[in-house]
Amino acid sequence: MARDPVLEFTERGIYCPAGGFYVDPWHPVDRALITHGHADHARPGHSRYLSTTGAAPILRQRLGDITLETVSYGALLRIGDARVSFHPAGHVPGSAQIRVEVAGEVWVVSGDYKTVADGLSEPFEPVRCHTFITESTFGLPVFRWPDPAEVARNLNDWWRGSVAAGRTPVLGAYALGKAQRLLSMLDPGIGPILTHGAIETATSVLRAQGFDLPPTVAVTPETDPRAHGGALVLAPPSALGSAWMRRFGPVSTGFASGWMMLRGVRRRRAMDRGFVLSDHADWPGLNTAITESGAEKIFVTHGYTEIFTQWLRSRRLDADIVPTRFTGDEAQAE
Amino acid sequence: MIRFARLFEALDQSTRTTDKVNALAAYFAEAEPLDRLWTVALFSGRRPRRAVTTTELRSWAAEAAGLPLWLVDESYPVVGDLAETIALILPPPDRLSRRPLSGWMALLRDLAGQPEAARRAAILDAWAELDTAQRFLFNKLVTGGFRVGVSQKLMTRALAQATGRDEAELAHRLMGSWSPETTSWETLIQAEDAGADASRPYPFCLAHPLEGEPANLGSPQDWCAEWKWDGIRGQLILREGRHFVWSRGEELMTDRFPELARALDFLPPGTVLDGEILAWDGTAPLPFAALQRRIGRKSVPKKLLEEAPVILLAYDLLEWQGRDLRAAPFAERRALLDRALGDLPPDAPVRPSPLVAFDDWQTLANIRTEARDQQAEGLMLKRAASPYHAGRKKGDWWKWKLDPYTVDAVMIYAQAGHGRRATLYTDFTFAVWDGDALVPFAKAYSGLTDAEFREITAWVRSNTLQRFGPVRQVKPELVFEIAFEGIQQSPRHKSGIALRFPRMLRWRRDKPAAEANRLEDLKQLLAPPGT
Repeated sequence: MARDPVLEFTERGIYCPAGGFYVDPWHPVDRALITHGHADHARPGHSRYLSTTGAAPILRQRLGDITLETVSYGALLRIGDARVSFHPAGHVPGSAQIRVEVAGEVWVVSGDYKTVADGLSEPFEPVRCHTFITESTFGLPVFRWPDPAEVARNLNDWWRGSVAAGRTPVLGAYALGKAQRLLSMLDPGIGPILTHGAIETATSVLRAQGFDLPPTVAVTPETDPRAHGGALVLAPPSALGSAWMRRFGPVSTGFASGWMMLRGVRRRRAMDRGFVLSDHADWPGLNTAITESGAEKIFVTHGYTEIFTQWLRSRRLDADIVPTRFTGDEAQAE
Repeated sequence: MIRFARLFEALDQSTRTTDKVNALAAYFAEAEPLDRLWTVALFSGRRPRRAVTTTELRSWAAEAAGLPLWLVDESYPVVGDLAETIALILPPPDRLSRRPLSGWMALLRDLAGQPEAARRAAILDAWAELDTAQRFLFNKLVTGGFRVGVSQKLMTRALAQATGRDEAELAHRLMGSWSPETTSWETLIQAEDAGADASRPYPFCLAHPLEGEPANLGSPQDWCAEWKWDGIRGQLILREGRHFVWSRGEELMTDRFPELARALDFLPPGTVLDGEILAWDGTAPLPFAALQRRIGRKSVPKKLLEEAPVILLAYDLLEWQGRDLRAAPFAERRALLDRALGDLPPDAPVRPSPLVAFDDWQTLANIRTEARDQQAEGLMLKRAASPYHAGRKKGDWWKWKLDPYTVDAVMIYAQAGHGRRATLYTDFTFAVWDGDALVPFAKAYSGLTDAEFREITAWVRSNTLQRFGPVRQVKPELVFEIAFEGIQQSPRHKSGIALRFPRMLRWRRDKPAAEANRLEDLKQLLAPPGT
């Protein structure tokens, strides 16, 4: 008799019949295993949550009073007939790949991941498995990240240059992960770093967890930008170009994302500067991760699923697209 | 090339005019003369001939990157630019070349006409010693698609800043048929005898669209009006017994319009006319479709010369008896023009475009409504006292066009744009009703804001019925108001009609698809046959 697969792709999300749990479900379920705290993975309304110890403070901050169990990286849990463990995904601090083993067959849900160490997130660890579920946000050969040290140099040069030109640099970045990564790359010797409320919240959560981040000044309605000469401002993308930004006078805008690799996207965003910095794996990273998983079956989700699947098949790998509710093959979110 | 790539990066990074001018001026002050000259050539649209086809480039790049060709082809629409796609997929360089821009241009020139193996080896070598930014530019130069977000005017301003020379004088110097191989920095920019080249045209004076009412322009006595013709703007130069015809885009069109050669029989050397090239039936312009048959043809078969002969309807005299008249008032130039052309026989290929007489603005507004009967797009208003400006200068020349035709149409196909718009669906095919069926009749890709394109892009993704490569067939739900300048019968189109300059005027969120226009509505706009 054929066994149930270790994981199934359902309307609510990825489901493990042997363990009776979901991974990053989209709709309210009884038991949700969460790879990391970004809003498209950690949704409200589940009865019970399970995450890494490192991801828990952000989950609590974002989802409020939830029933949350935590586990350290590598610790083995038994849930129903499944053996479950969490392993570093390198995406943001506390992010995990989830390994699920049922009757000797191993599947890994990678969640979002990157293979390059960013100095804050626990570095990605390849996990051997039979079936690997990979994202493909940047699953095209045109995406190859530059050396982060060079990006850091460019960032700090831009900060200095903007200040010298009488402009306040305003850098757009996602509040959780990217913003703190940028903080760790910026040179606080140049001047003070001002943060938008959304970024300050996530930053103080991580700071309380012991991450070593440079001092920041949260911008409030009372903040007088003139009192912080030479400052750089860190803000979520939604704040760029908004009324909130006006208080800083003449600005130079920058944006940090993997999409900044593409000239067309840089120009469309109409930012003064684009910095190529991503918390997702680039083309070489995706291919390395898949090879190192040793998986014989690959499921591809989130991103250039069709093209990346075809590429894996051309390498004689058994690959398929995960049916998801996300139809965007050009999703711009990162 | 490193310095040139740095310049390009600076220009590409900033949206501020002053930053761009400063970056260019700094470059002109620093770079080697030959590199400067090449930069001026490239930035003024003087592109080298293509040494390699894009098909060759794609396949060599796939090979160098160790990727299947289909994957390169799939990546291209996402990036929206082939030169960039190739620059990004290639493995990092193993060494960095110090060859200057002019050296690369010489290499590309020598490549043309060589056997494939030699061209392939040269391109692969080049890729191996250029970083991503330089590769991108190199690929643009190879494919002859080099364009930069800097207008010629901006470049001329920077050149003036760097050399201390007058901007208008530089603009004139940069006109015409020079190339870095036929001139030098010294000759082009600095030599005192700027008029040495008999073929050199003057920079065209360009008009702005009139916003609001002409009454705001002041007294009608200070203004002259002419029909705004729907032809090809051209400058006819008669010097030293030869003639030259230039387009507004500084393309030499002399051979395309052999009829104009006969101007030499009627007008003295040292004459330069500005006007509109039109297909002409002996007394009036033929529809634009007739002229269209002449466009893009380098040589003209005899039959076509008979069916669609052209003339120049001249509206300005820039040079007379070898003297540059551009500083003289328009009224004076115009009077001289009428005298110079007044006595020509009817078969001369040059005629004066008549002035439209009017005493008050209301009379002129009434005359304007008859423009379509004259085969004109509207009126031109020119200040009687104005000099002939170099380029687009607001205030003295206005185009006062008729309102376009409009029709409400249903979007049925969508395709992603290129370049800046590569990840947005911006190119749409529109249909009108013919009975219960939707018949495609026009494509348009401009007229909406980026925010609207983003919204439509999201809609397209979740309302796709079918994909044909990069094209998506979508649910026929969204209605747009399409504006266009003209309409003609066209047996080549399914709908039987072809539009001139279709574009989206606005998104009709208030209209359901069922209320879009019908094919009959469009056909009614066609002029009845025989008129």
